[in-house]
Amino acid sequence: MTDKKNVSSPNMKMKKGSRPPLDMKVLGRIVKMLFKSYPVLIPLTAFCIIFSAIVSSIPAIFIQKVTAIIEEFADGKLPGENLWPEASKQIVPLVLILVGLYALAMVFLTLYTQLMAYITQGFLCKMREKMFDGMQDLPISYFDTHKHGDIMSYYTNDIDTLRQLISQSLPHLLQSAVIVTTVLCLMLWYSIWMTLIVLCGVFAMFFVSKKIGGGSAKYFIKLQSSIAREEGYVQEMMTGQKVVKVFCREEEVSRGFDEINEALFEEAYRANAYANSLGPIIMNIGNVLYVICAIATGIFLTSRVKNLSISGLAFSIDILIPFLNMTKQFTGNVNQLSQQINSIVMAMAGAKRIFDLMDEKPEEDNGYVTLVNCKTDDNGNICETEEHTNMWAWKHPHGDGTLTYTRLCGDVRLLDVDFGYTPDKQVLHNVSVYAEPGQKVAFVGATGAGKTTITNLINRFYDIEDGKISYDGININKIRKSDLRRSLGIVLQDTNLFTGTVMDNIRYGKLDATDEECKAAARLAGADDFISRLPLGYDTLLTNNGTNLSQGQRQLIAIARAAVADPPVMILDEATSSIDTRTEAIVQRGMDKLMEGRTVFVIAHRLSTVMNSDVIMVLDHGRIIERGNHEKLIAEKGTYYQLYTGAFELE
Amino acid sequence: MFKRFLKSVREYKRPSILTIIFIVLEVIIEVIIPFITADLINDIRAGIEVSELIKTGALLIVLALCSLSCGGLAGFTCSKASAGFAKNLRHDMFKKIQTYSFENIDKFSSSSLVTRMTTDVSNVQMAYMMLIRIAVRAPLMLLFSMIMAFIMGGKLALTFVVVVPVLVGGFLLVARNAMPAFKRVFKKYDKLNESIEENVRGMRVIKGFSREEYEKEKFGKASDDIRLDFTKAERIVALNNPLMQICIYFNMAFILLVGSKLILGVNPTIDVGELSAMLTYGMQVLMQLMMLSMIYVMLTMSSESMKRISEVLVEEPQLKNPENPVVTMKDGSVDFENVCFKYAYKANRMALEGVNLHIDSGMTVGILGGTGSSKSTVVQLIPRLYDVTSGSLKVGGTDVRDYDISVLRDNVAMVLQKNLLFSGTIKENLRWGNENATDEELIEACKLARADEFVSRFPAGYDTRIEQGGTNVSGGQKQRLCIARALLKKPKILILDDSTSAVDMKTDALIREGFKHYIPETTKIIIAQRVASVMDADMIIIMENGAIVDKGTHAELLERCDIYREIYEQQTNGGDKND
Repeated sequence: MTDKKNVSSPNMKMKKGSRPPLDMKVLGRIVKMLFKSYPVLIPLTAFCIIFSAIVSSIPAIFIQKVTAIIEEFADGKLPGENLWPEASKQIVPLVLILVGLYALAMVFLTLYTQLMAYITQGFLCKMREKMFDGMQDLPISYFDTHKHGDIMSYYTNDIDTLRQLISQSLPHLLQSAVIVTTVLCLMLWYSIWMTLIVLCGVFAMFFVSKKIGGGSAKYFIKLQSSIAREEGYVQEMMTGQKVVKVFCREEEVSRGFDEINEALFEEAYRANAYANSLGPIIMNIGNVLYVICAIATGIFLTSRVKNLSISGLAFSIDILIPFLNMTKQFTGNVNQLSQQINSIVMAMAGAKRIFDLMDEKPEEDNGYVTLVNCKTDDNGNICETEEHTNMWAWKHPHGDGTLTYTRLCGDVRLLDVDFGYTPDKQVLHNVSVYAEPGQKVAFVGATGAGKTTITNLINRFYDIEDGKISYDGININKIRKSDLRRSLGIVLQDTNLFTGTVMDNIRYGKLDATDEECKAAARLAGADDFISRLPLGYDTLLTNNGTNLSQGQRQLIAIARAAVADPPVMILDEATSSIDTRTEAIVQRGMDKLMEGRTVFVIAHRLSTVMNSDVIMVLDHGRIIERGNHEKLIAEKGTYYQLYTGAFELE
Repeated sequence: MFKRFLKSVREYKRPSILTIIFIVLEVIIEVIIPFITADLINDIRAGIEVSELIKTGALLIVLALCSLSCGGLAGFTCSKASAGFAKNLRHDMFKKIQTYSFENIDKFSSSSLVTRMTTDVSNVQMAYMMLIRIAVRAPLMLLFSMIMAFIMGGKLALTFVVVVPVLVGGFLLVARNAMPAFKRVFKKYDKLNESIEENVRGMRVIKGFSREEYEKEKFGKASDDIRLDFTKAERIVALNNPLMQICIYFNMAFILLVGSKLILGVNPTIDVGELSAMLTYGMQVLMQLMMLSMIYVMLTMSSESMKRISEVLVEEPQLKNPENPVVTMKDGSVDFENVCFKYAYKANRMALEGVNLHIDSGMTVGILGGTGSSKSTVVQLIPRLYDVTSGSLKVGGTDVRDYDISVLRDNVAMVLQKNLLFSGTIKENLRWGNENATDEELIEACKLARADEFVSRFPAGYDTRIEQGGTNVSGGQKQRLCIARALLKKPKILILDDSTSAVDMKTDALIREGFKHYIPETTKIIIAQRVASVMDADMIIIMENGAIVDKGTHAELLERCDIYREIYEQQTNGGDKND
């Protein structure tokens, strides 16, 4: 489930009673994209909509004509006389034309609704993929600074409003607009006086709906915050349900809920009451208008006022009947039109968020040094090869057109690195770290000391401000990001597994790994033991980030995933924190084997994990305050010593 | 199922019934209006006096105003009824969940309970509103319009005999085919969204392994798959519109043609005014049919939500208070006799097997064991968070199943492994342990749990607000506050389930030292990862795979228990520990 609290409803955006202006730029962009995606189908659909809309407003003319003929014949009609045979000569052709038009309208209507279903889904699919593809290329800082619930709501709520917009609002808007225009023309054709009366009524409708709509908007804003409050409370209590039980607080908690629930009811009642009563009120204003029109016609007829119309027709009963029908059609569609515009305005907010995500600047990568398979030729020189040699080299093109190859070893150096996530708060000060190939380097320090930040810089999730980081002697800014990251294996504290089998998850580290390779990696990580005890072994399906596994087991799979990639450099960020010490001791043997011959960066707050490192860096507020191996640091009796003896709390 | 839901309407029966009455009135008036309008048109045609005309017109306007007030009032009452119904439903669910035992809670995940209480309830609220409003209005309107059409149009109304069955049949066919298609699509859609969420959450892994292109390809496939299914479903529903139109068109043409024949025929049964009214009624009948098909779809959609809500309401709490419960606890002794336990009735693996254990009142007991050794399971049985599957468990000499549950839990304080503080001040959180605790008692408990030292350093002291989930205190601080909260119960048995893992060793030792001095009579059971936390206990229990493999003092175990020795040596390796 997505985090609903972060989803701001369109109603939130509405200021007291007033509608925000229509964002034409966003609407224009959507329309442009639609045309670009379906250059033939969109005009075709629009044509179908317009035609079927015009046809559906025409019957009024025919009704008028037919009634006129009936009138003509009925006027001189004697009882018992049958005038139908004669009248039918005039009436039947008219009705036949009408049926023909109807048939055409039907064809266009069917075509347009079917096309619309096709276009809507195709367009949404395209938008989804565009958003997703764009998102994959965003820098990690985007995900660190945006709530996941917010990002999710782009894909759920905002895409849904877009669906509404394209499949409903836009076609209906066009349809209503066409009908309103045609009906207005027809009404003017018949009578300008009467049209004026109808227009007055329409203004009254607008006035009322604005008044009531405003009241409703006010309560909807309050309702949103009540809903958020209730969700927050339920969320908290449902997660803490076990604590509630242990403390026997069921009664108190229920009382607290009832209070919030009551407030929510009040807001929901008021907000909905306004919204629900609007419909019948508007409809009945339409009814009143209808009556007024009828009376006005009566007055016009009896008082012999001269009709003012485009057609020049005089007031007569043949005008009245179709006109009254048109009144209904007109008010109904004007109402539709205003509703559609309302929903389009609301959809624009969602569309804008989608575009914001698409327009987000992708992660920049100016790296030109790439990672290639290599072998040594007879002279001992490194040269590039297509084969899988398990030997890698950095391919470094130089400004003068020459190429050099540097063997990948895993030598990582940080020189006087300064860094801050935001300009006003520096996180690392003058950090220098030298990790020679095959060394194990550990970082120790309190939360917020900057341990994880250092690893974020090595794989260029973030770029440093000052200083230099080199990898096998190459400045990492010159290395293409995907190649840099390919050469680094990362295991994080918060393990993220994907839906799929255990095997799929391990293979994520190396997509073309064989089952045997994956199993070997699992054995190396010490995960093989528990995986083979799962009901379906390696084929066990993991869902929802592996909820059916313990945190420790998830970490073991994550380690296996990194192991199968077989990178020369590994970063283990609290990778074994949830494995109990006894299991860790068992895993440790595998881990030691895994780390053999690799440069490894280890972050752990459990000192037993880092004790056997070649170098231990003690970090405090972004500075390295002690460095050396375990024995040296113990002998120095500094911070590390205090941590080791338990005098300090690490969290 | 419906009956259970209707029970939650309660005090909102009145607005519900009022809504129905208003709607019925509104419908009646609305049906009369075209009838009188037809008269009006005929009057105009007959060239009647304007004053007469105004009389009829005034009547019509009054009717329209009546319909307006009825409709408006119905808008209010139905909102009250449905919002009230939702309120009661939420109340009933929340109350029910409070009676759940741990076993029930494990069955529903907390996030699913949240969805059931929010999204699902609002779906049902919508459905209820539709039910008392449109589901009353549409059939009534249909019925009345048909009757009026027959009265006025006579033979002309026969058109409905053809049109209505065609339309109803068509709508049903569309709904029948569309619904399963949509259900399938929505399931896939949910899955797609889940995978996006997974992707967002795992972005570091994706970027770490440079799997962006792979993810794009995977997503593209899934998204396109949904597009195809969705288009299919939407195209079925898209047939509704032409179906409706064809019926309207047929109706119009038929009425015009046959109507004019009737008027001009030998014995005219209708006049022009009636013809125009027929056109209006015809429209209304067809509109109502469309409404009904919409309601049908909406109600079936919300039935899924109803099912999910009802699951919460019918769930039987696994633990019940015994009749004539024991309300006093003699002391803090604990006896496990041949206890076996499994979490779910259907589980094939026992979480505990044949556990026998006696703990004297006032003893300090440490429990060690690897992940999955069921150490937490053992202690959760003591406050009867779960019931034993077989065997018996006595606390203070009485079987835990004979105690009043709240008496038992007040005397057995447990600090859970996954512990939580709630949003509110520190004081409010602490008072969960004892509502009537004085400020002095709070401070005393905090001193014992070594929480006072940091709480008193906060600018607002004990009135500091804790954010939801306790995110504004560190892990170690949270654990200490949780211990203080449990201490305020003044329990006979105190259980700490890995509750000091984030507390530094020195403070940990001080807390245990304090327990020894200030609550010597309380039985203390401590689960820990660190040997140091249990080393000086009166008895240390070593668990593996749901069974006790050994128990004894530190010295005894070091002598004879391999596992204990292994853990001990592993944790104290280096040897220069001067703890």
